[in-house]
Amino acid sequence: MAHLVIPPIRRLLTRWGIHPDARKHPAAGLDIVDAGLPPLLVLPLAQQAGAPARPIVRIGDHVLRGQCVAEAAGPISAPVHASTSGTVIAIGEAPMPHASGLPGLAITVRPDGEDRWIERAGEPYPIRLAPEEIARRVAEAGVVGMGGAAFPAAVKLALGQRSVIDTVILNGSECEPYLSCDDRLMRENAADIIEGARLIMRATGARRVLAGIEDNKPEAIDAMKVAAHPYPEVAVVRIPSRYPMGAERQLIYTLLGVEPPAGGRAADVGVVVHNVGTAAAVWRALRHGEPLIERVVTVAGGALAAPRNVRARIGTPLYWLIERAGGLTREPARMVVGGPMMGVAVSDLDTPIGKGASGVLALTSAEVGEREPSACIRCGSCVTACPVGLMPLEMANRIHAGELGQAEDIGLRDCLTCGACGYVCPSRIPLVQYFAHARGELASRERERHRLDHVRELTEARAERVEREAREKAEAHAKRKAERAAAQAKEAAAKARDEEISA
Amino acid sequence: MNSPVQASPHALTQRTSGRIMALVMVALLPATLAGFWQFGWPAFCLWLVTVASCVLAEALCLQWAGKPVAPVLADGSAALTGWLLAMSLPPWAPWWLGVLGGAFSIVLAKQVFGGMGCNVFNPAMVGRTVLLVSFPVQMTQWVSPALIAQGTDLAQAVSIGLHGVATDAMTSASLLGHVKTELGRGIDLAGAMVAFAPDQAYTGARPGSLGETSALAIVAGGLFLVFKRVIGLRIPIGYIAGLCLPAAIAHAAAPDAFMPAGAHLLSGGALLCAFFIATDYVTSPSAPFGQWIYAVGAGLLTWLIRTWGGYPEGVAFAILLMNAATPLLDLWARPRIFGRRVGGKPLAARRVQEPLR
Amino acid sequence: MEQMITAVMSLTAIGSGLGIVLGVAARRFAVEGDSRVKEVEDMLPAANCGQCGFPGCAGAAEAIVAGTASPTCCPPGGKVVALAIAEHLGIALDADEVDDVPLIAVIEDALCIGCTKCYRLCPSDAIIGAMKQLHGVFEDACTGCNQCAEKCPTGAITMQPLPLTVGTWVMPKPALAA
Repeated sequence: MAHLVIPPIRRLLTRWGIHPDARKHPAAGLDIVDAGLPPLLVLPLAQQAGAPARPIVRIGDHVLRGQCVAEAAGPISAPVHASTSGTVIAIGEAPMPHASGLPGLAITVRPDGEDRWIERAGEPYPIRLAPEEIARRVAEAGVVGMGGAAFPAAVKLALGQRSVIDTVILNGSECEPYLSCDDRLMRENAADIIEGARLIMRATGARRVLAGIEDNKPEAIDAMKVAAHPYPEVAVVRIPSRYPMGAERQLIYTLLGVEPPAGGRAADVGVVVHNVGTAAAVWRALRHGEPLIERVVTVAGGALAAPRNVRARIGTPLYWLIERAGGLTREPARMVVGGPMMGVAVSDLDTPIGKGASGVLALTSAEVGEREPSACIRCGSCVTACPVGLMPLEMANRIHAGELGQAEDIGLRDCLTCGACGYVCPSRIPLVQYFAHARGELASRERERHRLDHVRELTEARAERVEREAREKAEAHAKRKAERAAAQAKEAAAKARDEEISA
Repeated sequence: MNSPVQASPHALTQRTSGRIMALVMVALLPATLAGFWQFGWPAFCLWLVTVASCVLAEALCLQWAGKPVAPVLADGSAALTGWLLAMSLPPWAPWWLGVLGGAFSIVLAKQVFGGMGCNVFNPAMVGRTVLLVSFPVQMTQWVSPALIAQGTDLAQAVSIGLHGVATDAMTSASLLGHVKTELGRGIDLAGAMVAFAPDQAYTGARPGSLGETSALAIVAGGLFLVFKRVIGLRIPIGYIAGLCLPAAIAHAAAPDAFMPAGAHLLSGGALLCAFFIATDYVTSPSAPFGQWIYAVGAGLLTWLIRTWGGYPEGVAFAILLMNAATPLLDLWARPRIFGRRVGGKPLAARRVQEPLR
Repeated sequence: MEQMITAVMSLTAIGSGLGIVLGVAARRFAVEGDSRVKEVEDMLPAANCGQCGFPGCAGAAEAIVAGTASPTCCPPGGKVVALAIAEHLGIALDADEVDDVPLIAVIEDALCIGCTKCYRLCPSDAIIGAMKQLHGVFEDACTGCNQCAEKCPTGAITMQPLPLTVGTWVMPKPALAA
């Protein structure tokens, strides 16, 4: 029986986060529709956190829907599967949703229109599989976290084998404005999500599942409760709507009242958090043997004629999705992949969506709030908004002055880059950009330092080697000289003896 | 890719700096109108002149520094500084006092530090303090209630503005000044406190600064700001507690020598300070715990200066002293970071123990 | 008069006393040479490439400590080394002003004749190659010291900035007077 858990008063009184305009309608009220088959599918190799996948097909190869085209490269990585049947026409650089605007590697497939599946090995009762087997199959299916971070799901499933997991938390908070893909998925496919969550529970060895859903999604809560009804170990919990409720640590704190230690993981407090979309993908992977080749994407924004949620194949380009949402009614000020708070601005409409793309937003200038930054008035809104208790204005000040080390001392590493501070700033100071810059700069310096250390080692090794070689050469020379001298002496002695004898 | 980076977030609150300033001005309206109604045309003219002086000084400074003038003036911060300064001036003060005070506030306390957001000290309070120290006579000439009752017209206002209030007969002491004088003369508090009438303090029918006399109007504006989430409750509550608690304790211990807490709260600039001056964003700490220390400290200092200091009123000095501590408070009283102890060490991993049902 | 003499005498006594203490301390705790030169030299990349204009890294370290050269004088070290030295010596240095485009050697395939001159010269073994074979550069080991380019008989080696990738890209600092 699913219960409502009332959080202790302490948790209600703590103030963090913000309440941005939700703007989830009209997309949240409309059914998910299929986005159809675009003329080209571009499958990025770096869709997941960790190492990019390694291609295992060649240009000209014919692939089937669900066929693996790139394998996981390393322990934190995920394979990529073709999202329809067709021909591989290119393996190379393609536009990517990344803040830099730099391209990334991708496999381009031209669909043959038959959409023929590869042979699928479904399991009628996947809950009976061994935990290791569940994790293995999830890894094979290329399932990654679908909330945005795209962390390989199987890595989190395997956590249970190393640390004790007590609770699986299903993240149905969907706290970003505009996005309603998880909301629609919970309303329409609640059973898949609950079944997937039970599989995750089995794989990690947890004893219960808590599904946290924000109270601005009553229909989703109802649907999930109905689906969870047969299972006493699954509870659906209504949580307050607040951004960033969907941040892993904030969700754990809201549901359980424990704070995962900074620098540690959720598993340190016996919890593993998965997005609802990930749970559904896990279920499809095990029950039907279908790898992760499609996802629900919210296509929304003020510049679109008919915002709605679509079920899109991985690799579908943005322009195709925009057309499915009625097309653009005006030139958008920004195209964003992901949510408006943490998403990435893109300029190329040929950019494909990856497994972590929860939304495609065409935002007008008014929605983005484009304004010139002005001076900080130290209002402290950012301090109140920060979900982790940082002082964004002080950090930005230090970064502005070039004191990155000081910014680190007052918490730069703990920043989630959730954007709550940037949203509330009345002076529109690009706080998140400051933090991203500082982190990137520190990481770059660290890389450079490693490189220089490496180079210095090489230089010293070479100097030593050159010296040794010179010494050895000299020694060898001396030795040869000595040998020659000895030989000569010997010869001379022999000669002398001969002469002596002959004499 | 040559296009500039468009960093997240891609959404923004509607609340701009200018809008915040506008809300504060709206909140100041009741107390200001009460002051105008109470002290007549001279008060209105003084207010106008002071605000204009601040805006002009800001414009000149920006022009001189080669910074854009129009967008900075548009946020209204200079006008607000002038407004707050005018609120703390004697209502019938000569205009040159307002002009000088406004110029001091903007040039000396704000632009010299680098303009908006960079000043350490509250500009309005710097202006007021400079005037109080330089022109003690003009700054303590309160209009007597008898005179107020006669009513004013514009011509009289111009005359007062240009020449000042001529005779001592037309002025009277504020409660704090009166009490200080009487205690100094050896008269006990009960006698000095005869002048204190709480009902007058609520409506403002008493001698005092332009915008300080009507407690009800000030509190109404302050609560409006709290309701609009422009200011938090920490600084007002902390300030009032810091002022009233020691006052109440001292009064309980020696009723003849110390004013009661209520009189402290309702006299001088205490309430205006609690809601409008101590809450100035730029010069107050932004971390919650720092705000408590700052507010309680300012309240306590106000009481100490009023009780033992050379001046009858201590609000401006107390605020300036705590302003000086703000950068340190923001450094030391930082909030605890999620997942860390107060010192910054990561929390120990604590497992979920209690079953939820 | 007496007071004045007392004041003068006491100040004289304090002054001379402190002077003696300082003098003794200066003799007693004198340091032979400047230990900072060695410390700074350890921070430099040790390529001895001479791009700074000093005879080797030791010479540069001496000049930096003496104040005749800026900590930014080492192109192979780049921003990281400059900042580290500046911090160590307590020199104010604005990180944004340091030109930070690490250059590395790039060999033009069509021009390389496989003479192995560069390969034998490289102080950090960053070039791989054999006689009559096309040579290659290890990006990770190259300091951009330019010695190979100077010796290349065909001019096949040029110094070029490291290509920017998603992995090495850094979000630019907001251009704003906050």
